[in-house]
Formats: sequence, structure tokens, C-alpha cells
Amino acid sequence: MSLRTTPFHARTGPLSEGQAWRRWAGYVVASSYELAHDREYHAIRNSAALFDVSPLYKYLVTGRDAARLLDHVVTRNVGKAKIGQVLYTPWCNADGKQLDDGTISVLDERTFRMTAADPNLRWLHLNSSGLDVSIEDVSERTAALSLQGPNARAILQRAAERDLSGLKYFRLTPAKIRGIPVTISRTGYTGDLGYEIWVEAAQAVPLWDAVFETGTPYGITPAGMLALDVARIEAGLLLIEVDYFSSRHALIEAQKSSPLELGLGWTVATDKERYNGKAALAAERLRGPTWQFTGLTVDWDSLEQLYAQVGLPPRLPTQAWRMSVPIYDPGGRQVGYATSGGWSPLLKQYLALAHLESSSAAPGTQLRMEMTVEHRRKQATAHVTPLPFFNPERKRA
Amino acid sequence: MPKRYDVIVIGGGHNGLVTAAYLARAGKKVLVLERRPRVGGAAVTEEIFPGFKFSMFSYVVSLLRPEIIRDLDLPRHGLHILPLESTVTPMENGDYLAAWSDHDDTRRELYRHSPRDAEAYDEYGHLMHFMARAVKPILGMVPPDPTSFAPGDLAALLRLGKHFRGLGAERLHALVKLMTMSAADFLDEWFETDVLKATKSASGIIGTFLGPRSPGTAYVLLHHYMGELDGVFRAWGFAKGGTGAVSESIASAARAFGAEIRCDAGVAKVLVRGRRATGVVLENGDEIAASIIVSSLDPRRTFLQLLESNQLPPDFVSDIKRFKFRGSSGKVNLALDGLPTFTCMPDGAGGKLHRGAVSISPSLDYVERAYDEAKYGDFSRRPYMDIVFPSMIDPGMAPPGKHVMSIFVQYAPYHLNGGWTDAKREAFGDAVVNTVESFAPGFTSKILHRQVITPLDIERITGLSEGNIFAGELALHQLFFLRPAPGWAKFATPIRGFYQCGSGTHPGGGIMGASGRLAAMRILKDGT
Repeated sequence: MSLRTTPFHARTGPLSEGQAWRRWAGYVVASSYELAHDREYHAIRNSAALFDVSPLYKYLVTGRDAARLLDHVVTRNVGKAKIGQVLYTPWCNADGKQLDDGTISVLDERTFRMTAADPNLRWLHLNSSGLDVSIEDVSERTAALSLQGPNARAILQRAAERDLSGLKYFRLTPAKIRGIPVTISRTGYTGDLGYEIWVEAAQAVPLWDAVFETGTPYGITPAGMLALDVARIEAGLLLIEVDYFSSRHALIEAQKSSPLELGLGWTVATDKERYNGKAALAAERLRGPTWQFTGLTVDWDSLEQLYAQVGLPPRLPTQAWRMSVPIYDPGGRQVGYATSGGWSPLLKQYLALAHLESSSAAPGTQLRMEMTVEHRRKQATAHVTPLPFFNPERKRA
Repeated sequence: MPKRYDVIVIGGGHNGLVTAAYLARAGKKVLVLERRPRVGGAAVTEEIFPGFKFSMFSYVVSLLRPEIIRDLDLPRHGLHILPLESTVTPMENGDYLAAWSDHDDTRRELYRHSPRDAEAYDEYGHLMHFMARAVKPILGMVPPDPTSFAPGDLAALLRLGKHFRGLGAERLHALVKLMTMSAADFLDEWFETDVLKATKSASGIIGTFLGPRSPGTAYVLLHHYMGELDGVFRAWGFAKGGTGAVSESIASAARAFGAEIRCDAGVAKVLVRGRRATGVVLENGDEIAASIIVSSLDPRRTFLQLLESNQLPPDFVSDIKRFKFRGSSGKVNLALDGLPTFTCMPDGAGGKLHRGAVSISPSLDYVERAYDEAKYGDFSRRPYMDIVFPSMIDPGMAPPGKHVMSIFVQYAPYHLNGGWTDAKREAFGDAVVNTVESFAPGFTSKILHRQVITPLDIERITGLSEGNIFAGELALHQLFFLRPAPGWAKFATPIRGFYQCGSGTHPGGGIMGASGRLAAMRILKDGT
């Protein structure tokens, strides 16, 4: 048995120079198309990068009580959302511990598309008893492209032959690209100007061709997960199974996190009647969360010094890393751990995303991050930095 | 004089702006005065032909200090440096030599020319890496005065001495060779492939009035290895939006820190009372007072134009008069209907060719011959050229599907026989276009618009004396504690309260910003 390829594989396969693939939800997608991911990263911030994001789990929730079901599951207020709106939201168990995060697209009053990182069909069914709602797993039927970068709008406008300047951040619209019916949402995982294009899987290849050909004079560049990982760290966007564990998979209580501990307090509604975890989250908000999820910037001088001590110039990670790295206060007490990090070629800074005890999480707090320098454990000075690290105006403009 | 400033910076080039931004960040009330309608000096992007943006003069970002990018938060003000991936040198026999971004690709390519050189290349890289590290601290250092017994100078000299002793004999010898030899001779010790030596040595002659066989040109080979030490990743980069975007981002940062930037405000004179600078007089006659005046202009204009020579010590004046400029390079900027096809690589390696630099340096003789013509006062009929296609890196530089082509050309002597005229400028432009055409037949028919810039044009537009792109030649006798004059390399001048911060001071050269930053540090250290 081999892993599944996505509906775009007929195009992405031959583009892969090093045949470097990464597993994602039972599929394989490109790690990078070229041998190094640098150019793909720069395309996100400079021109436009094209990602295959088909492996996302997708559910179509329809019926009279569709909004009620979703409102019962997720922390944001779905009932208040307008048609054409997209909500980013986490969802929790009854203890207010996060299960997953994803988006909900309001296609009409009774039709919603939910994306998720993990399978959630059973969870949706469990929560739907007594409701007039139908839940369909459309993961395989729906393919998706993500077009991210400053030229994304110009390319899509040309491909869809319509003005998209009215399509605001986290809104969607039905459209046609070379006659292919699609949904275009102004969403993404890069913190840049960007769109995701949702299409029936059977039409995936002609859609790729249309977008790719239109984008060529605008510098469109197919990009893989390595480039995406750098951009999402700059954007301060967390990743399940890397930055947090689903409380569904956690083996011990300490592995679970609440949205309030993950910097997602803004998604936890206080104005809806009842939803999974509401009481627990309200209580936690009152006493203040124990942990904060925030940015860390490693001080260059400190890094340079650590390497100078062994006679080397600073070594920088060539890829974003995903592991747990201890964080200490200046007194040497461990106050948290970083879960993602890497060098930002744009900001010329070494960034990390970290879970910190709330008392050590105020912006500007000086901490230390563990670092292996020539096989030895050292600590580099780092400062707490509010997320996102990079937030260009064009993202929302 | 209504408004009182702490500091006036004369000239809104990138170094002037860096100085202004750092001083404003430190709480000073700063005014930048720029003669032209826009900031940037030689780092400007202009839409000379509708829809096509040219980095008019300076076109790549070599060593912009990463600490400046971080300190001034430049990415948030729009700065994005993109890697320039490769260099392809078309040869006269129809072959080529390529240096790709991937190490294995480059080694395989070099192996095709010489298996021995392919191996030597790695060892050479290893040595240069150490040499670059040896030199790098100097870039961030205020040059000590070797003749001074002041404790600060002695300490700095001692540190420097220790630093070089710590290199070990073999590397110290290599460093001395680098500092004294010609690029061609130095490379002869390593390689046998002529086109490789020609292309590498070309980087040693940029902006100088020297040829690859002139002593002292080896030093600049190091610059290519310095970037990677800073986490810049690759030494040469291209700024999104052209080099003007670098200036704009620094200007934006300076404004965010509270600096005021006034364009169309040329400065005629610096006001001096009792050997102390007190303000400036604008070309329109307005006077503006400030306790500190900083000039980012080159040394000649800073001292011989903004001041009266009787305001300065006579030996200093004669040192400045001897400071060499000798502009030797020109620029041809083209708007293109489509990309040129090079005979040596008709498929362009799937876009890689046009995303990198194309170096017209097919042999050492070719480059040296180009210099020969200039030595006797003519522009090169077949010049050395460094070509990039900015629209291939940032598609926003030209309308979709169209391109801009930036051609750096050497040699074009400032002191041309009979002087530069419009006809000579066009003849120079023709020589450039015809030379490219010989490597890329049919290219001429794709030209939509042509802008030819001679050293005289560089001087006229940017103010750089004799059109020298480094605000004074980067020759060894004009570096470090000798830049711009012995005893005056620490950004101060014989006039109290009057400082210099341009590329004509240490370390100078390219869009580095180091001079501007060091000058600001010095000013803050001195207090007011």
C-alpha cells in the first residue's frame, strides 16, 4: 500500500526536482519542488506561491440546524456570521481543552463547509443528536489550492476575469476560472495577501493549469511545506501536533491546551448560549490562563557570542524546526518551551513560537532559549515578542 | 531661523538616511536635506519608461548590514532582499560557465571545464570563508588611528593585532596576499580555467580604475564570502522594488523615529563660526541652524564644496584633493519586450539563467583588454558587463510578460578623450548593446527603451564626484584608517560639530549602510 496522492499530482509530481514528499493526512504533498526551498519561501513574500492544500479534511454541513450544530461545536459565534464569511476557529471538549482548529465557510444560511486538520466526522455526528442536519465528508471530493503572496490578487483577477478588490479578508465568493466553477476564499496560512480556491476534484488539473499559466508573468512559483512552515512561523500561526496536541490524542492532562493558552482568546465567544467547553473557558478566563503562546526573538549578539566561543560564525537553521526546546528565565528556572522555530530570511531574525508561563510572557521579557552549539547545550538570550512577527498591510488591504 | 534641530544630515542617500534614522531613534531632532526630488542618492528606483522601473544606478544589494535591518525594523517598512541565485558567463566559443545556487550543480559544471578546478573550488571557498571572517570585524569597527597614542586607539590596535595573530601563519599569509596581489595572480594560484578566473576577478575591479591584473584587486574577492557570515545567506541580493526600495524603507523608518526629510532642498554651504559648525545655507539662500551637521556627500564635496578651504588645515585639504575618484563605470538600463536568448544556453536552464546574473567576462584577456582601452581614455568597445533582469526576480519591475534589464558596464572613464557628449553617450550605449547582441543574437529587436548612463551622468544626477560609484575609489590606499584621509577616518572632521557619514568613509562601498551606522554611533558617543 502506498500513500494517496492529491488530485493535483499529475502536475505537482513532475515539478518535484528532488522527489521530496511529506505526509499530510494520509496524502503526500511536496516538501519543496526545488532542491532548496528558499525561492519558494521568497515567492510567498515577493510574488505568489501556489500550494496544494487538498489533504485538509473538509465537511459539508447542511440543513435547518446546520448553524446550531456548528455553534455547539466551535468556540466562535457561527450564528452571527454573514453569508460569504469565513471563520477561523478552534473547537474544544467539555473541559475547554482544544481538539482541533480550522475554518467554517458560510456558503448560505443552511450550508457550511468546515475544514479541519484531523478527522472530525464522528465528533460532528456525536454533537448532532436531535438536530435537523446532514454532515458529509467531502474531503476526497474537494481539491484545494492556496495562492499566497502580493501578486495573488492580480493573478486570480485575471484568471477569474473579475475584480476581486471587494473580496475582504476572510470572505469568500463563488467564481469561475476558465469555465470551472470554484469558490475563492481570501484565506491562507502565510499571514500574507492570499486566497484559497476550492474545486471539485475532477476539475483539479485544468484549474491548476489555468492558475499556473495566468500566474507565470506574475512570478507564480509552486511551493511546498518547507516554505510554508517558515511563513506560518513569521505569521505566528500555530500547527496541530507541533505547537499543541489535540486533547483527543493527549495521553496526560498536561499535554492538553485551551484556546486561551494558545493565544486564541479572541475566538472564544462570550455571547452565545452554550457550546462545548463554554463553562470551563469562562472560568479559566476569570482566573487567567496558566500558559501563554507567544513569539520569541533570539538576540543576534548572543547567538554570535555563543558560536564565537567555539571559534565559529553563527549557524542558523536552514529549515524551520519542530521540536520542544526548553526556555529559561534569566535565573535559570525553566518557564516554558518553544515548539517551532527558524530563521526568517525576510526579518533577518531567529524566531520561535513558545509556550510560556503567564508570569514570563509579557512582551519584552528577557529569557533564554536552549541551543546546541557544537554538541554542547548552551542558552541564547531571547525576548518575548508579540505575534505575529510579520504582518504586512496587504494581508487585509 | 525659526525651527531648531539637533542634527542636520546633508544628503538623503542610504548612508545619510541610516545616520538620520539611528540619531532619531536615539531621540535627536533630525532634519535630512536632499537636493533631488526623491531620497536615495545612487540607490533609487525610477520609472523612466512607463510601466518599467529601473534601479537607475546601484542595482544589487551586497552587504547591507543585517543589524541595520533589525535595528531599524526595515522589513516592516517594506524592505525585502531576494537572493540572486546564480551567475552564467557566456564564452566566445559558444560554451558557458555557470555558478548555480546548488553546490553540487556548480561543482558538476566546473568539472566539465576542469576536474582539478572543481576540487580546488571547495578548498578555495573554505579558505575564503576564513579570510572573510578575519576581515569582517573590521567592517563594524571605527578605524583606530595607528599614529595615535590615545588609549582608545591603542586598545583597538591591540585588539586588531591579536585578531590577526590568531589567524595562524598560513591564513595570515593568504590575507597578506589578498591585500597585495592582483585578482588574476591570486586566482592563478588556485585555478586553471580561464573563464572562471575572469568571472571571479571581475568582482575585484568593479568601481575601480584598475584591471584584473592590477595589484590590489584581490581583496574584493573576499566580499563575496562575507554575506553568509551574517545570516544574509547569499552575499548578493536584489531588493524587491529595486534599490530605491532600500532607501525608501530606511527613510520610512527614519520618519517613524521622528526624523524630518526634506527633498528639493540642496545645501550650498555649511555655516561655521569659530571652527564650529552652526548650520547650513540652502541653495535657495535659507539658513537652518543645528548643533550637529553631518555630510553624507563624498569627501571632495563635503570638504571642498560645502566649506571654504581656508576653514580647514592646509595638509588636510591637500589630502582630500588627492583622494582618488576616477569613475570607471556606466550603466545601461533597458525596457524589453521579452527576454534575450543566449546562444550558449538557449533554454535559459528553465528560467535559472535570467533569474541570476549574466557576466560578460569570457576570458581574462577580454577583461584586461577592456581596461587597456580605458587606460588611454576610451570606453571599452567590448566591455566587461554584469547583467541582471530585475523583473525576473521581482515581477513588479515591469508590466506582466515584459522585462527590465540592468547592465553594469566597465570601463567608461570619466575623463574620456575629448570629453563626454550626447553622441559619445550613444556610441557607448551602442557598444554595450552590440556586445550583448554578439552573445544573444536578436536581442536588439526586443529593446523598447534604452537609458544610457555615463560617469558624467552619475556625477550630474547623484552628485558623486567623477561618477565614482563608491564615493571614492575602494583602493587599498583609500581604505580603513586612510578613508578619506589619514587622521580623519573616525567620521569627525577638523570642524567641531561637523561629521561625515557617506560611502567615502570607512568601510564605504555598496549598499552597506555601515558608514552611516558607525557615524551615528560616533556622534552619539561624542554627545552634543
